[in-house]
Amino acid sequence: MSAGATSSRGAGGTRTLHLVLAWSFVGLPLLWGVLQTLRNALKLFR
Amino acid sequence: MRPLSFLDRDRTVAGAGFSRWMVPPAALCIHLCIGQVYAFSVFNLPMTRLLGITAAAPGDWRLTELGWIFTLAIFFLGVSAAVLGRWVEEGGPRRAMFAAALCFGGGFLVAAAGVHLHDIWVVYFGYGVLGGIGLGLGYISPVSTLIKWFPDRPGMATGMAIMGFGGGALIASPLSVWLMGRFSTPEHVGVAETFVVLGIVYFIFMMVGAAIVRVPAPGWRPAHWTPPVQQPKLVTSANVHVYRALRTPQFWLIWWVLCLNVTAGIGVLGQASAMSQEMFPGKVSALAAAGFVGLMSLFNMAGRFLWASASDLIGRKSTYFCFFVLGTVLYALVPTTGATGSVGLFVLCFLIIISMYGGGFATVPAYLKDMFGTRYVGAIHGWLITAWSAAGVFGPVLVNYLRAYEVARGVPKADAYNLTMYLMALLLVAGFFCNLFIRPVHERHHMPVARGDATLLVQ
Repeated sequence: MSAGATSSRGAGGTRTLHLVLAWSFVGLPLLWGVLQTLRNALKLFR
Repeated sequence: MRPLSFLDRDRTVAGAGFSRWMVPPAALCIHLCIGQVYAFSVFNLPMTRLLGITAAAPGDWRLTELGWIFTLAIFFLGVSAAVLGRWVEEGGPRRAMFAAALCFGGGFLVAAAGVHLHDIWVVYFGYGVLGGIGLGLGYISPVSTLIKWFPDRPGMATGMAIMGFGGGALIASPLSVWLMGRFSTPEHVGVAETFVVLGIVYFIFMMVGAAIVRVPAPGWRPAHWTPPVQQPKLVTSANVHVYRALRTPQFWLIWWVLCLNVTAGIGVLGQASAMSQEMFPGKVSALAAAGFVGLMSLFNMAGRFLWASASDLIGRKSTYFCFFVLGTVLYALVPTTGATGSVGLFVLCFLIIISMYGGGFATVPAYLKDMFGTRYVGAIHGWLITAWSAAGVFGPVLVNYLRAYEVARGVPKADAYNLTMYLMALLLVAGFFCNLFIRPVHERHHMPVARGDATLLVQ
């Protein structure tokens, strides 16, 4: 199988929306955690 | 149809048009959850006053008893990764992720029952044993799948997942504190309820990862990428069986490389707060030290992704050479920062050191793939995790005992860490030589290429 198929959106294919949802699902909690940590760290160093 | 047959490897083969960029989020679903283990200490103090509520009462658990929960979890992480690695490799990622979700989420629920009944042994079994097995299964479950999806950038791919393990604590720590605040009342510490919520949330989150993970079809390769005709000397296109790999000097050299790199980092990671305050009395307050620890967590996480990605460009062996050379110089520099009172330089040294600690974890799966091929890389990685368990014992013991020894000898507290820093630098020199001696695995260890297996070699 060639990978040219990776960009297609046939049956079983990945839509851009799926990618956005999947990355948001993990990215948003991670971003929240990073911001919390950064906020505490910067506040404490003042 | 067999129940749970949807977990089988052949049911997870990606269809045409599946984007490989769906796989890192699947891996992150697992690693962001199991990374919670690094934040378990937020429960320690509340669990010492489950009966007394505002202060510890007779019959309340002691911190020394509670410390065993984390130790057991890390121990069972190592054991399950080693023993179940082959099962994970052969059964496929979805089955392993499902089992990890059951064990990790279920472990929280059992631990909640233990807190409710005030029976420490139930907590040990729940979070320590069951949760620990979930940690081990979860940690290795996406590794080989990611390497197969990203043969062009295996370091970056595994770095992304293992970065999630570092990031999990950043989420779990404030989330746990917030939940305990919500469930606490004047008559009750909300630890059990927090465990229940975390168990359910983590189970669901991990199951999303299990649902979206896919393995590539045989013969799949990324668009516009062809395996290089001339591989670098240390990168093999053959495969080595997991049990054969354990009999090669290369495996044990990499084991020591990881163990020494982790030992040097883990010892100071746990002592960073106290060390910064003792080395700079009057200059670093307890609050500033807590901020320093938070920054270290961020660099630990970022280092996992950045160093592992860099290893795709400069090679695995060169990346570890960077860790060992730069780490040795920085550790040797730390006592000077203390002597000159340079807090900024001290912080900078440790932030770089801790990024390399994380980078060591994240780069090692790709190192194993280079040496032993992709076929059993997850299982081999499982055995290698025992180096982490060993380092988890060596590192803190070295730092704690050496400091205590120096203080007992009458060395001022501000200088009590100097000997430890030089010893850490020495450990990294030893790691440098282990890395130096790594050579390609001899062909006699390679698995025979069966018909139909040839396609696996290009993955």
